[in-house]
Amino acid sequence: MRPFTYDRAATAEEAIRLHDGAETLYLGGGTNLVDLMRLGVARPARLIDVTHLSGDLVEDDGEGGLVIGAAVRNSDLAADDDVRRRFPVLAQAVVAGASGQIRNQATVAGNLLQRTRCSYFQNITKPCNKRRPGSGCPAVEGEHHNHAILGHSDACVATHPSDMAVALAALGASIEIRDGDGERSVPFDDLYRLPGDDPSRDSTLKPGDLITAVRVPALGMPSRYRKVRERASFAFALVSIAAALDVVDGTVRDCRLALGGVAHMPWRARRAEEHLRGRPATEESFRDAAQEELAAARPLRDNAYKVPLTTNLIVRTFSQLAEQP
Amino acid sequence: MKSAREAADSPVQAEITLAVNGVKHRLTVDTRASLLDVLRERLGLTGTKKGCDHGQCGACTVLLAGRRANACLALAVAHDGADIVTVEGLADEAELSALQQAFIDEDAFQCGYCTPGQLCSATGMVREVASGWPSAVTADPAERPELTAAEIRERMSGNICRCGAYPNIVAAIAKAAG
Repeated sequence: MRPFTYDRAATAEEAIRLHDGAETLYLGGGTNLVDLMRLGVARPARLIDVTHLSGDLVEDDGEGGLVIGAAVRNSDLAADDDVRRRFPVLAQAVVAGASGQIRNQATVAGNLLQRTRCSYFQNITKPCNKRRPGSGCPAVEGEHHNHAILGHSDACVATHPSDMAVALAALGASIEIRDGDGERSVPFDDLYRLPGDDPSRDSTLKPGDLITAVRVPALGMPSRYRKVRERASFAFALVSIAAALDVVDGTVRDCRLALGGVAHMPWRARRAEEHLRGRPATEESFRDAAQEELAAARPLRDNAYKVPLTTNLIVRTFSQLAEQP
Repeated sequence: MKSAREAADSPVQAEITLAVNGVKHRLTVDTRASLLDVLRERLGLTGTKKGCDHGQCGACTVLLAGRRANACLALAVAHDGADIVTVEGLADEAELSALQQAFIDEDAFQCGYCTPGQLCSATGMVREVASGWPSAVTADPAERPELTAAEIRERMSGNICRCGAYPNIVAAIAKAAG
């Protein structure tokens, strides 16, 4: 591991002031970053610990929503009473990810900014456009059964690994970001980016940008997270979905849908949502909505199974939400 | 501390204090040192095991500020001032903890390499259930979970036992917590 200096920032201002460019990284729980440093994938010269800033609370925003501090541990987020009662999709997504130990260590902002678990990205003896731009993507023709089916490019077919981020995408969260010039709020859809010809950047953040909080607006309808994986626990998603459904007199008044394990970013399924609003809350409508979204899917050689899997997961989850009192 | 550019060339040291099993230690560590390596190599507390060193096996689980955590993913320098309990600190003087005794009674190990991590993890996990934390198998996340066998299996998924002593580990935890 490359040697690095370590500073523990007491305030967001101090963290931003200490950040001196591309070789500096903020340290949260370290559950992904320390591993990537050990693997030689991440090689920072300086770490700034941002777990001792004030943002470690989940607070009511006074309008039915929540303000989640960036340094809140994943386990505290899932255990929060307001999250569990009003946003079950978020609590379920968090406990669907990682292990009990890792959830105790990982922070909310760190969870959002974790890197893909693509095996080529994590192996420094292999080419990877995300790790070494221009070196190529062996996953396109290689081991890709758990890679993207939507929004990928010839340069990168990796998926975003977070469960929590899929729920936050469906909930229409926004991200509070601070830099040397002040604070700004970014809609969740604009935090991440598709790989295009520059997969080296997962997000739209620039070096030194510090996530301080995540805002979740009021939901007011039943919600649910479901995850399909290759073993029962402690595994990344093959496909996951975060869904919410508001049915009045048998008709869909409103809905939310986001997909995990299918793209370079948590995939907000806006086409499916638009298709579903105003239609009868039936299995047929749910299937049509799923197909509307997945018409754009371009499966790779070994992951075409994700298309019917995602379709069935959408139909099943919306059907269960429709029956929920 | 050195500037970031100098650090790229040479190791960086930091002074930290750790309270381990109730004893304070003042140490100078390389910023790259994991809590796991400091416990084992510097403090001689070899009960905490190194399995995968990637946070996947749970053999290095300790209680960090009362919560279970993977010591291999924790940088020692980031835990300056922390209160840590390792497997060596679970017993009360000469008496084993209820979980330790249950692991013996239920034959919850074979080779024993994963056992310190299993014990620390189970100790933290039982507290999490007592605090009402939900898990992925809790039917309604808003309800208080009960420590069923399914809950134990799900909550202990961060601890691998390659001997496959899982049925007896589940029985031991159920016995100690029940």
